[in-house]
Amino acid sequence: MIGNDRLAVRKTYKLYVNGAFPRSESGRTYEVTDAKGHFLANAAWASRKDARDAVVAARGAFAKWSGATAYNRGQVLYRVAEVMEGRHAQFCEEVAAGEGLSSSKARAAVDAAIDRWVWYAGWTDKLGAVLGGSNPVAGPYFDFSLPEPTGVVAVLAPQQSSLLGLVSVFAPVLATGNTAVVVSSKERPLPAVTLGEVLATSDVPGGVVNLLTGDAEELGPWLAEHADVDAIDLTGAPAGRAMEFEREAAGTIKRVVRAPAGGEPDWAADPGITRMTPFLETKTVWHPMGL
Amino acid sequence: MTSTPFEYAPAPESRSIVDIAPSYGLFIDGEFVDGTGEAFKSVNPATEEVLSEVASGSEADVDRAVRAARRAFEKTWGPMRPADRGKYLFRIARLLQERAREFAVLESLDNGKPIRESRDVDVPLAAAHFFYYAGWADKLEHVGLGTQPRPLGVAGQVIPWNFPLLMLAWKVAPALAAGNTVVLKPAETTPLSALLFAEICRQADLPAGVVNIVTGAGDTGRAVVEHPDVDKVAFTGSTDVGRSIARAVAGTRKKLTLELGGKAANIVCDDAPIDQAVEGIVQGIFFNQGHVCCAGSRLLVQESIHDEVIASLQRRIGTLRVGDPLDKNTDIGAINSAEQLARIRELSDIGEAEGAQRWQPACELPAKGFWYPPTVFTDVSPAHRIARDEIFGPVLSVLTFRTPDEAVAKANNTTYGLSAGIWSEKGSRILKIADQLRAGVVWANTFNKFDPTSPFGGYKQSGYGREGGRHGLAAYLKGADQ
Repeated sequence: MIGNDRLAVRKTYKLYVNGAFPRSESGRTYEVTDAKGHFLANAAWASRKDARDAVVAARGAFAKWSGATAYNRGQVLYRVAEVMEGRHAQFCEEVAAGEGLSSSKARAAVDAAIDRWVWYAGWTDKLGAVLGGSNPVAGPYFDFSLPEPTGVVAVLAPQQSSLLGLVSVFAPVLATGNTAVVVSSKERPLPAVTLGEVLATSDVPGGVVNLLTGDAEELGPWLAEHADVDAIDLTGAPAGRAMEFEREAAGTIKRVVRAPAGGEPDWAADPGITRMTPFLETKTVWHPMGL
Repeated sequence: MTSTPFEYAPAPESRSIVDIAPSYGLFIDGEFVDGTGEAFKSVNPATEEVLSEVASGSEADVDRAVRAARRAFEKTWGPMRPADRGKYLFRIARLLQERAREFAVLESLDNGKPIRESRDVDVPLAAAHFFYYAGWADKLEHVGLGTQPRPLGVAGQVIPWNFPLLMLAWKVAPALAAGNTVVLKPAETTPLSALLFAEICRQADLPAGVVNIVTGAGDTGRAVVEHPDVDKVAFTGSTDVGRSIARAVAGTRKKLTLELGGKAANIVCDDAPIDQAVEGIVQGIFFNQGHVCCAGSRLLVQESIHDEVIASLQRRIGTLRVGDPLDKNTDIGAINSAEQLARIRELSDIGEAEGAQRWQPACELPAKGFWYPPTVFTDVSPAHRIARDEIFGPVLSVLTFRTPDEAVAKANNTTYGLSAGIWSEKGSRILKIADQLRAGVVWANTFNKFDPTSPFGGYKQSGYGREGGRHGLAAYLKGADQ
């Protein structure tokens, strides 16, 4: 809050879909409070229809994003980190309020989130070398394998870690060239909304990321069964529902990242590449060699 | 068949090299044991002759096999020096090479595939897979999963009937190299080469329980997949069964890889060398009677060369020899089962009913056994069932395109994404189309090539995970953080 007698201009918290900030088509909102239960905002409560619109947007954006050069994707993602840095104070305030952290712990979480984004930005043009290569087949062929993005990835973001956890699950989806539909933490959605604003003001094309605030329990089944979603990350699925969502996802042979056993992991730990590989396909190309 | 100046005398491979027992048990914990399920017969699809009676594994049998595998994982195979695990696999590779002809004949008898293919493709590639993964066993820290990758434990593996021994090798070799033990369920109609492989395991002195082979039908497979002490499930087969397996492992800690169906586009551009392309089209769809998940079953021909390609293709198909799988001159063998033959017939009839033009060469089929002539459908529209459904038989659906963009759009217009082919003399065009195809394997100016070093597997509903190469090994390992 601003400490003088000026009346603050409050923000309307909206969804981020296809590069725009719509309210939920359902007209629904829900109350977001801080860790102590004080009112913070009314967030848009995304509906099934919003989720489907987000999938359409993500599918529409896939060709351009996956077809961009890896260098270009890396620069665009690095730019996101630059803009995040500019919103550092706002993120700290939201993370502290939502997660009930001291300001120093909130700052550490935000620092780590931005640094993680930079880390993933640097991955875009290394994946081909680390995960692909030429295959020495026993015959006169040139044969190579390379990683390619899976497509549209639905992400149920962690419920607890509202920024570092969010970035940790969804930056890898973007770095690998996929487009995403992300359902934020239900009770702590504000950093996700702000991240949407960051994305809108960096160079990420509209539709590449679609951020929905709302309830993973409500939206999870629709995203899990949606025929135009290629993969789903169930990290933020409610404990009792993850198995059901995974079953739904089986109907279209979706790639599934299960919710971590034993609750949310320590998001500050070295992530390795295991959050990127589930959203990458391997394409192998053969061509004869001859004169 | 059209008249030909070449008449071939029969050139049958002798089947005396194979000794098929009148009945087989299950291979559990290093021993052949009786199954408690109802035994079933394995039939030679070329003659309908019963080859042997094979035990069917019940849930209790599967449990016994999983317990044996768990013991071996904990007591022998897991703790073993990685280099020694590798040596066992090298032994297996060598034994497969030594007994290659025996395996080839047995495979052709049980499956119906031409001896030329079982002898030159299935068996040598199976041995090559063991040889390749043998070398990985003591180099796992270089796979890319950190310095201390660990095996998953007991792998439950269910394989199809189209490449019985080769699919066994694709599953068993990487699993063992990574330090896992396995329970393998071969296909109901083609169990015999897996049972002969059990004998190879014994000749190699592979410790008991490392490889367990439980024959049976769908229920046996389900018991393997659903067994609570299985850590990894690997399946090759239909997308429908793949779905039910993915559902069954949902909510468990089991890792899963699926190699499912396909409906590959084989794209022939107007600058392609027609004769080579025609050979590739034939290889793409008639290899193994079209019982190939990555078969080039949708031919996409550029409109301007359609008539020329089809005429040339029909001429070439007219020279294919359909008949005795053991004859070394045979190009197309028997359909694997009466059930599969019925499905091929049904879908072909639907193709005709929906308005496509069916063409088949004049060809005499043997009186007994399961046979289907090589078949080409023209005037196929993308909405036809024969352009969408996997037929898994020697049936080619021909569609046309005008521009490369249209070819890509049509090629990708499928829920599958296993493989694709491109024929063109222009390198930049090949690479651009290859880049745009949503398929796990793209063959350019060739088709249906396989190698243990080369990752294989699908996009979309053709499954997930890869077999072959470093990728195939990673599917059986976990990093320190997993």
